[in-house]
Amino acid sequence: MSALLDIRSVSKSFRALRAVTNASFIVEPNTIVALIGPNGAGKTTLFNMVAGVLVPDSGAIWFSGHRIDGFRPDQVCARGIARTFQNAKPFAGLSVLDNVIVGALERSSGMHAARKHAAIILDELDLAPKRNFPASSLTLPDRKKLELARALATRPKLLLLDEVMAGMRPIEREQMVALLREINRRDGMTILLIEHVMRAVMALAAKVIVLHQGEIIAQGSAGQVVRDPAVLECYLGEDSEL
Amino acid sequence: MTRRVIFLLAGLGAVLLGLPSFANNYVLSVATLFLFFAYAGQAWNIMMGFAGQLSLGHSLYLGIGGYAAAALYFHYGIAPWAGLWFSIVLCMLIGASMGALAFRYGVSGVYFTLLTIAFAEFTRIGFDHFDWVGGSGGMFLRVGQRDHVDLFNLRGTPAMFYYVILALAAAAFALSAWLLRSRAGYYWQAIRENEDAAQALGINTFRWKILAVVISAAMTALAGVFSAFYYNNLFPEQLFHINRSIEIILGPIIGGIGTLFGPILGAALLALLADGATELVGALGWEVPGVKQLIYGVVLFVVVTFLPHGVWPVLARKLKAIK
Repeated sequence: MSALLDIRSVSKSFRALRAVTNASFIVEPNTIVALIGPNGAGKTTLFNMVAGVLVPDSGAIWFSGHRIDGFRPDQVCARGIARTFQNAKPFAGLSVLDNVIVGALERSSGMHAARKHAAIILDELDLAPKRNFPASSLTLPDRKKLELARALATRPKLLLLDEVMAGMRPIEREQMVALLREINRRDGMTILLIEHVMRAVMALAAKVIVLHQGEIIAQGSAGQVVRDPAVLECYLGEDSEL
Repeated sequence: MTRRVIFLLAGLGAVLLGLPSFANNYVLSVATLFLFFAYAGQAWNIMMGFAGQLSLGHSLYLGIGGYAAAALYFHYGIAPWAGLWFSIVLCMLIGASMGALAFRYGVSGVYFTLLTIAFAEFTRIGFDHFDWVGGSGGMFLRVGQRDHVDLFNLRGTPAMFYYVILALAAAAFALSAWLLRSRAGYYWQAIRENEDAAQALGINTFRWKILAVVISAAMTALAGVFSAFYYNNLFPEQLFHINRSIEIILGPIIGGIGTLFGPILGAALLALLADGATELVGALGWEVPGVKQLIYGVVLFVVVTFLPHGVWPVLARKLKAIK
C-alpha cells in the first residue's frame, strides 16, 4: 500500500540546537499513528514541518503523491491536512458555531453550506448545546474538542492532533479515544497524533513512532515499542504511565 | 435583528432625512461633520474592527483621495463624480502596495501601525513640496454659487452636502453589515482573533488582509473627495496630519471597535461632546485657550477607562434587556 504521508530524512535545527535529525517514517491511509517521546524530543517541530509552519533544513515531505515541504500552512490545509494546536487557539470572540463555520468555509460553496456542515460536526462532537456560547467561555476539554471540530470541518484526509488529550480527566479521555476511533473507522480518517497519555496511545495507534532528542529511536506496533530496550531507557524515570 | 433595533433605525433614519427641513445651517454643519466621521470611522473599522489590522495612518487615504479628485477638477475641470474613481483606484493601489509590503515581510502588530504612520507622514512631507497641487501653500477650489445645487460638480447648498454624506454613511453601514456576514467577514474575524489558527484552516491570510486594507482605503478615499469639495481647500499639513487619523478612529473606539453601530454611535457622541464643551465653556465664561480640549480629553479618558469595549456593546445589552 502506498503511503499517505511520507517523511524522508527530514532535519531541522534552531541555531545550534538540532530539533529533528534525519527523521523518516510513513503514515498509511486509514491508520492511526502515534508520535511519542519525552518533552523536547522534537515532536511538535516535526508536526510543524508537516503543517507548513516550519520549513525543513533538509529532507522531503510527501503527501498523497505531492511534495509539500515548504508549502504555507493554508496550502497544506488545502491539500487535505488539518491540525490542532497543543495550546488550543480558539477564535475567542466568536461563537462555537462560528469557529467551526470558519473551518468549513474554504471547502464549502457558500455560507449556507458551511453553516450546515458545521452544525453536523458540532452534533457529532456533542458541542451542539454550546453552539452559541463564545469560544472564550469553554472549559479546556471543550476547547480541545473545538480544535478538533474546526479541523474536521476542513474535510481533511489526514488529521494532525497535537496532545489533544492533555488536561483532560480520564473519563473525557476515554470519550475522546472512542470518538477518534469512530472517526477513523467510519470515515476512514487517517490520524497522526502526538500524545503523552500512553493508555490512549495503546488503545488507538496501529503504529507508534518514538522520538528522542530529535531522532527516531523505534517504530512499530505499540506492543513492540514499549518492550524496546532503547525506549525503556529514554523513558526511565519519566512519569510516562508506561 | 430584533424589532426594537429596526424601530430605532427607522426613527433615526426619519430624523436624519428630515433634518435639513427644520435645522439651521449651524446644526446642519454639525450633523454633516458627525456623518463624515461616522462614514470614515466605518471605513477604518473594516480594517481594524473586522480584520484586526490597526492603522494610524488613514489620513493618507483621506489626503490622496481628496487631492486626486481636487487636482483633476482644478487643472482639467474634471467633475468630482468622474474624478472620484481615480481617487478610489489610486488609494486601493497604495493600500494594496503597503499591505503587500507589510504582510509579505511579516510586519505585524505595533510595527504595522508604525508603517501606516510612516506612509502618511512621508506623503505629507512629499505634498508640502508638490507644487502642482500647491505645495504647503495649499490648493483652493472655486466656491461657486452656494444656493445652486450642482450634484455632478459637488457644488451646492449645505443641505446637498448633508444628503451626500448621509447617503455615504448609510451605504457604508449596509456594506459593513453585508461584509460581516459574508465569507470575508468570517475570515477577517478569524484572522483578528488568531492568525495562526486561521491559516491552519486553509485561509490565505495574506490575501484577505490585503482585501480589508483595499476596501478600507477605497472608502476613505471617498471621504477625502467629500472633504475636499465641502471645504474647498486642501493643505498637506491638515489632510495628511496624524491628527486626522486619530480623529477618524476616535468614533469607533468610543462607540465600539468591530461592531456595526459603534462607529456611528461614537461619532454622534463625539459631535455632541465637542458642541457641548463649546456651549459649556461659553456659558461659564471660561474662555481660556485649551479648556475645550481639556474637557474633551477628560470625557474620552473616562469613557475608555470605564467602557473599554465602547458604548455600543453596553447599550445593546440594555436595549435587549428592556425588550
